[in-house]
Amino acid sequence: MMFPKSPKSLIKPSRRDVLAYGAAGALSAPFVNRAWAQTTELNMLAWYGHGEPDIVGAFEEANNVKFVPKYYAGGDNMLALIAQSPPGTYDVILSDAEFVQQLNAAGYIEPLDAGDYPFDDMLHPDFAKFPGHWDGDTLFSVMVRFGHLGVSYNTTAISAEDAMSYKCFWNEAVTGKVGHFDWHLPSLGMISLYNGNAAGLWDLDDAAWSAVQETTMSLRPQVGGYFDYGGTFNSLKNGEMLAMCGIGDWITGVLEKDGAPVASVIPEEGGIQWTESYCIGKGSAKADIVKTFMQYMLSPEGQVKSAQMAAYPGNCITKGGRALLNEVDGAEAARTHQVEGDPMNPITLIETGRIHYRDIPKNQTLEDWNDFWSEYKNA
Amino acid sequence: MTKRLYALTFRLPLILWSALFFIGPLIFLAAMSFFLVKNYRMVEAFETVNWVRMFSRGFFWDAYWRTLGLAALASALASLIAFPAAYALAFRASDTQRRLAIAFLIIPFFTSYLVRVFSWFVILAEAGVINAMLGTIGLGPYTMLNTAFGTVVGWLTLTLPLVLILQTLALASVDRNLIEAAQNLGCPPLRTLLSVILPAAKTGLIVAALIAFILSFGDFVSPYYLGGSKPPTLPILIIDTTKSGQQWPRAAVVAIVMMATLITIAFAAVTAAYAKRASR
Repeated sequence: MMFPKSPKSLIKPSRRDVLAYGAAGALSAPFVNRAWAQTTELNMLAWYGHGEPDIVGAFEEANNVKFVPKYYAGGDNMLALIAQSPPGTYDVILSDAEFVQQLNAAGYIEPLDAGDYPFDDMLHPDFAKFPGHWDGDTLFSVMVRFGHLGVSYNTTAISAEDAMSYKCFWNEAVTGKVGHFDWHLPSLGMISLYNGNAAGLWDLDDAAWSAVQETTMSLRPQVGGYFDYGGTFNSLKNGEMLAMCGIGDWITGVLEKDGAPVASVIPEEGGIQWTESYCIGKGSAKADIVKTFMQYMLSPEGQVKSAQMAAYPGNCITKGGRALLNEVDGAEAARTHQVEGDPMNPITLIETGRIHYRDIPKNQTLEDWNDFWSEYKNA
Repeated sequence: MTKRLYALTFRLPLILWSALFFIGPLIFLAAMSFFLVKNYRMVEAFETVNWVRMFSRGFFWDAYWRTLGLAALASALASLIAFPAAYALAFRASDTQRRLAIAFLIIPFFTSYLVRVFSWFVILAEAGVINAMLGTIGLGPYTMLNTAFGTVVGWLTLTLPLVLILQTLALASVDRNLIEAAQNLGCPPLRTLLSVILPAAKTGLIVAALIAFILSFGDFVSPYYLGGSKPPTLPILIIDTTKSGQQWPRAAVVAIVMMATLITIAFAAVTAAYAKRASR
């Protein structure tokens, strides 16, 4: 028969008490261990949305892991966050492709085994050998999704025909209603395309760079504001902005699905591709599970999740992913033209040379571009 | 000796706190403005290049004067808008009404400033409440979001309740005998206000305006979300500078200039606030 323990026995336990507590502790140890082993935390550095349940939820459940995301906005912001953290801080890094080379040069990422990833299933050969992802024969990053940037517009204010040129940003109908995504790289890239630099969009000599600055400045009277993701989203949704420079379907797609009269097109002058790639952070003690996660994101299931991402949609890069998307969500596949034979099929756009991979300036520093961007905002 | 030690014991936490969390970071900020950035990493150095670069950029000075002007405008507007209400609360309302009003004025601070700023979207948008109301009498729509007007509205959201509370407290503490004496001597109401009440409450009124200025001058949220970053203020310039290229040293230059400006203005304002009392 058990009796309640007197306070005295707790303060000064007998030998029997010690044995009883010891046995209880020993018996409960496996449960404690199991509780501790329940979750492996994976520190993720990524654009907003990649660590949310709609993307990682199923993987977390299946693999007993928990993602702890740290979100950034812009590649140099990402580089700075890594630079300011000790090695091993981030297990998985989602990088804009143009910054992978810098991640590698700075020694922030681990080499990968190419045999672990489905490179034979890519929709385009470039995706397997994406610029900057390989150092010689060594793979450092795996592309996971992409999207295209062009003219994003309110369909009640700009006609589909007018939207086929960046010239529509100068339309009187949108004076004071042209917004910018507040990052110099995509906006200035688009102006560079508009200036006819498709052959060397990022490779501007002094004269071409001056011309880009001049053209950009001429757009200033049309500009209604400079926005982050939330601001861009809101201003397009509530009609404050009728055209947006520097974005694409990654923002308008979310609004379009919500019924807003907005769309994005790749104009005649060409569009810019944003590309997102996964890397394993240098010194990560969880490289194996990160590899499994990357394989999952490249699997048809992962690719569909990426294409349907709540924060912002991205195109599939594998044939398997695209096939499954067409099967389970034909409407989204059609909306994003990820259908064979569609003239705006993103792969077709790449093959026909309409798309240029986003890069960093070749002859100017990012600082030069940023300085000009500040000047432009203040003009 | 024991008395001094006793006094020091009580002062020590404040001294330590200031040294650790104000003086220390301030020294680091000043030192950082001379550092360099290489490969997204700060490198310790003693170079004046960041100062030279920022001071030679037209956009820096544009942002500086704009921020100064807009913050001064917001501070003046907050003071002017708050004054009649503060006057009524101080001289017309009962003690209970005043206490209740002050409690209501504190309530907005229970909600995040960011949320309050976002709520203005619904009101100021072209398809928002104000334009809908103006539309009924055939006016508008007017663009209010993504303008300097939007920025000032956001700053007033931040500062107006605070200014009103401080003004109310300042006016409520004015010696009633002085007012009665002025009235007994036949001083008209406006003259009583200008010659008796305002000078007596001057310190509180100036401090209220100063706080409104300080909060507006350093605020990032309203210029970004309601002003559309167009044109940018100094806090937005700090964000821009750090966001691209991670130029924390250049951002430190902007921050130091902002602090120097605020210290100068605060010193001038406090001097003005206590000027008359000191001369008595």
